[in-house]
Amino acid sequence: MLTREQAADIFDRTKKFSSADEVEVLFSGGRFALTRFANNIIHQNVEDENHVVSVRTAFGGRTARATTNKFDDESLRRVVESSEALAQVQHPDPDLLPMPDTREAAGGADVNSTQAPSRYFAQTAASTPQLRADAVKKIVEVAKKHRLTTAGIYSSAESVEGIFNSRGLSNWHTQTLAEVSITMLAGDSSGWQKSNSPDVNNLDPLRMAEIAAQKTLDSARPAEIPAGKYTVILEPSAALDIVGFMFWDYSGMAILDQRSFLTGRIGSQLFGDNITIWDDVTHPLQTGSPFDGEGMRRLSLPLVENGIVKRVVYARATAERMKRCEQKDQVGPIEATGHGFALPNEMGEMPVNIVFAAPQNPQTLEQMIASTERGVLVTRLWYIREVDPYEKIVTGMTRDGTFLVEDGKVKQGIRNFRFNESLIHMLSNVEAMSVPLRSCGEESFDMVVPAMKIRDFNFTEVTKF
Amino acid sequence: MKQIASWALNVATLRGATYADARIVSQRSRALTTKNGKVGSASDSESVGMSVRVLADGAWGFAASEDLSRSGVETTAARAVEIALASARVKEQDVRLAPEKPVTAEWTTPHVIDPFSISVQQNIALLLNIDSELRGVEGVTLAETNLNFNREEQWFLSSEGSDIHQTKYSAGAGYTAYAFAGNEIQKRSYPNSYGGQWQNKGYELIDELKLVENARRIAEEAVALHHADQCPEGTFDIILDSSQLGLQIHESVGHPIELDRVLGMEANFAGTSFLTLDKLRTLRYGSDMVNVVADARQEHGPGLGTFGFDDEGVPARCTPIITNGLFTGYLSSRETAHTIGENRSGGTLRAEGWNRLPMIRMTNISLLPGEKPLSLEQLVASTDHGILMQTNRSWSIDDRRYNFQFGCEIGWEIKHGKRVRMVKNPSYSGITTEFWNSLDAICSREEWTLWGTPNCGKGQPQQVMGTGHGAAPSRFRGIKVGSAYKGS
Repeated sequence: MLTREQAADIFDRTKKFSSADEVEVLFSGGRFALTRFANNIIHQNVEDENHVVSVRTAFGGRTARATTNKFDDESLRRVVESSEALAQVQHPDPDLLPMPDTREAAGGADVNSTQAPSRYFAQTAASTPQLRADAVKKIVEVAKKHRLTTAGIYSSAESVEGIFNSRGLSNWHTQTLAEVSITMLAGDSSGWQKSNSPDVNNLDPLRMAEIAAQKTLDSARPAEIPAGKYTVILEPSAALDIVGFMFWDYSGMAILDQRSFLTGRIGSQLFGDNITIWDDVTHPLQTGSPFDGEGMRRLSLPLVENGIVKRVVYARATAERMKRCEQKDQVGPIEATGHGFALPNEMGEMPVNIVFAAPQNPQTLEQMIASTERGVLVTRLWYIREVDPYEKIVTGMTRDGTFLVEDGKVKQGIRNFRFNESLIHMLSNVEAMSVPLRSCGEESFDMVVPAMKIRDFNFTEVTKF
Repeated sequence: MKQIASWALNVATLRGATYADARIVSQRSRALTTKNGKVGSASDSESVGMSVRVLADGAWGFAASEDLSRSGVETTAARAVEIALASARVKEQDVRLAPEKPVTAEWTTPHVIDPFSISVQQNIALLLNIDSELRGVEGVTLAETNLNFNREEQWFLSSEGSDIHQTKYSAGAGYTAYAFAGNEIQKRSYPNSYGGQWQNKGYELIDELKLVENARRIAEEAVALHHADQCPEGTFDIILDSSQLGLQIHESVGHPIELDRVLGMEANFAGTSFLTLDKLRTLRYGSDMVNVVADARQEHGPGLGTFGFDDEGVPARCTPIITNGLFTGYLSSRETAHTIGENRSGGTLRAEGWNRLPMIRMTNISLLPGEKPLSLEQLVASTDHGILMQTNRSWSIDDRRYNFQFGCEIGWEIKHGKRVRMVKNPSYSGITTEFWNSLDAICSREEWTLWGTPNCGKGQPQQVMGTGHGAAPSRFRGIKVGSAYKGS
C-alpha cells in the first residue's frame, strides 16, 4: 500500500511540474478483497489494488482537478497540465479561498495530537482468500443445518487517504475495514444481518448467520396485513438507512442553495425532544479520516439537541459566504467545521460521522416488542428515495424479515410493505430507543444509531411476498 | 498491451487455470458543471489497469492491479488463481461456460466529433449560456447544468484465443431549474433528470439536444408548479412520457430479467426476481402490444448498452424479452446460459472498469414503438380522463421487482382529449405485470427515444453501469395515482 513517504515524493515531483499559484494533491486507494457467496457456494471472489493522485491547481480564483492512477513523471506532468488547462479557462471565482496552511487546517488544535483512535488493524489487513473461504464455509454450514440457502459477502480492505498542498499542509490517514453481510433464504421468507468494523475480530459471522437463519424460519408463511399507520420497531440498520436521507441537508451550501429541508428551520423544534444527533469523527465506533477534502480538521459538533436543529456543517468557502448572507443570524454558528468535499464541487459539505446520543432510558429490542400492543418489527429497508424534498417524505420497502408484533410478542412474518413517510414526522414520533450501535445498511452510510420504536409510521401498500 | 495480457494468461495457465481472460482498460473522463452562474466543478480523470479472471478447480478467481510491469502482471495472475482455489473450497459443482467461438476484432463507437477535441472554454460557455436562460426566469432559485464525456479503450484476450480491441465513447448533458417558495421545492429538468440524456456518441449528441432552446420553458415550468394544484389521488388512466417510461422499463423489466438475480446470485444486495425459470414462455408479462428487446447491436441505436463485444468476448446480440406480451427471454452470460437451456450466452457481461468483475448488466432494454402512426398529441386527444406525467423525480421498487412507485416532476390532467391543467407532485404505483398488462397504446417511431441511464448500481462491490432504454409515450389504464402523498 502507498506510504506517506512515497506520497510526499509524488507530491514534490508533481509540484515541480506546475506553474500554478497553488497546488494540492489528494491521495486515495488501497487493497480491497471481497468473497461473495450465493446458493451455498462462493460464486465471485475478487481482489484489487489501486491508488490515485488527484491534482488541484489554482490560479487567482480559478481552480480545477485532474486525476490519474499512474505515478511516473510523464503521467504526473500530464495530470498537472490537464488540471491547469481546466483551471485557466475559467472566470475567477471571488469565493475561492487560498488553500489552508497547517495552522488553519488544525483549527487551533495541536496539529500533532491524535484525535481519533487508530483505525488500522494488521489482522484485518492480513485477511486472505483462504481465511474468508473458511468463514463462508461455516456460514454455509449454518444454512444447511436449517435447510436454508445463504447469500452474502465477506470483505476486507486497507486504505489510505492523504492530502498535501503547496502551503505546507500534509495529512495522512490509514484504515482497515472488514465487513460481513448474510442473507438466509427459504421458499417464502428471508432474514438478514450485516456488520462491519476496522477490526476483523469485532465481527462474529457465525452469530450473524444464526440470527439471519432464525429470522428466516420465523418469517415463513408470511401473512398479508393491510397497509396503514402502524407502530414500527426499526432495527438499527433500518433506522440508519432511512434517517441517512436527511444528512445531505445539514450543509451550509444546501441552505444557501435553498435545497435543504432545514431552510428557514434552523433553531426550531423540528423533532421530538428525545432526539439528539452529533457528528463526531472521534467517536470510538466511527470510521474515516479526521480531515476533510481540503485537509481541515473535522470538528465534533451537535447538529440536533433535544429535537432542535442547532447547526449545519461548513466547508471553508461556504462559511465565508454564509457570513455575508442575509440569513446569517438565523442559521446557528457559522464556521469552517472540516466537512467539505474535495474542491471544486457543487455540493459543499455534509456530516458523515453521525452519532445518535444515547436516550435517557434505553430499551432493548425485546423491551420495545414487549411494550407494543400491535405493531411491525422491521429488519431492513430497501430502495429508499426522496419523494418530497422539503417535507422530507421518503419512500421505500421493508425487506428480509418483517414481522407482526401483537400483545408484546412477535407473532408471525408478514408480507413486505411500501412506506411513504416524512422524516420530520417520524423523528417526532419516536417512543423508545436502544443504546446506539455502529450499524450499516445499503441505502445510507454507516452510523452509530439506535433501534427505534415509532408510532404512526405510514405504510401505503403491500407487495406480493 | 497484447504482450502484457499474454504474460497474465501464461502465468494463469501455468498455475492451473482451465480458463483465463485478461482485460486491460484505459479510461478517460471529463466532468463539467455550473451552478448559479459559476463553474461548479471542472475535472478530468484517467485510469489504467488490468484484471485477470480465471477458472481453477472449477471455481472463479479475479484479481486486478494498476501495476502493468511484467512482475506486477504475473503477480496479479497468480493471485487470481490462488483466489479461485480458495473459492473451490466452497463449491458444489464446477462452473460450466457456454461455448463461444474465439474472435480477433476491432470495434469503435461510431462518432462524428471526439468530445475531448472540443475546448473546455466552449463547453463552459454553453453551460453558462443555459444557466443564464434558466436564471433569467423570476422565481428560479437554483440552476445546475452538467456536461460529461467518457472514453474507454479495452484490450480483451482469453486463453481460448479471443483478441478484441474495443473503444467506446459516451456523452451526457442536462440541467435542472429549482424553485423554492413557501414550504415547497419544485424542479424541472431537461432533457431528463439526474444528469440529462446520455448516449454512446461523440460531441454531436450535445448539438442534437437543443439544450439552450428549451431552457426558458423548463425554468418557467419549475416556477409555475408552485401555482399548480396537487395531483389528485385515485385510479386514473396515465400517459408516461418516453423518459419516465424508459426508467419504468429499467426497473420493472430490465432488472427482473437479469438471470443472475433470478438464480439467487444477487440475493444479498440487489435482490432476486419474480421471474422464476418456470415463467419463461408461459407468463403474460404485458398486453399484446408489449414487445421488448435486449439489443446491444449498433443498429438498435447509440445506447449506453451498445457495444461490439461484451466483457467476456461475446458479440453484441439481440434477445427478444417480451414478444406480443409473452415473456420470452432473460439476460444471460456464458456461465448462466445453460440454466435456461441455451447453448450460447446472450452477451450481457460487463464491468464498470478494469478493476471490477464483469457481471450480467442490461444492454439496451427497449419497448418497441407502436406500428400505427400515433403522436403524443394524438394519444392525449384520444384520452377521456387521465394524467400525463413527465420526467422522473423519484423511483423505488421491491427486491423481487413486483411493487413499484414512481414520482414525476410535472403532470397534466387530461379531460376529453385536452390538457386542462398542470398538476404538481404526480406519482403512480402498481404491480409490475398488472401494470404492463394495462398498456393499451404506444406512440410510433417518431416519438421513440433511446434514453441513457448512466447510474445503474448492482453487485458487491457495487458497480455503476450505463444502460439504454428506448421508449415512446404510452398509455396505461386504471393505474393507482397519488399514494406517495397519501397520509403523509
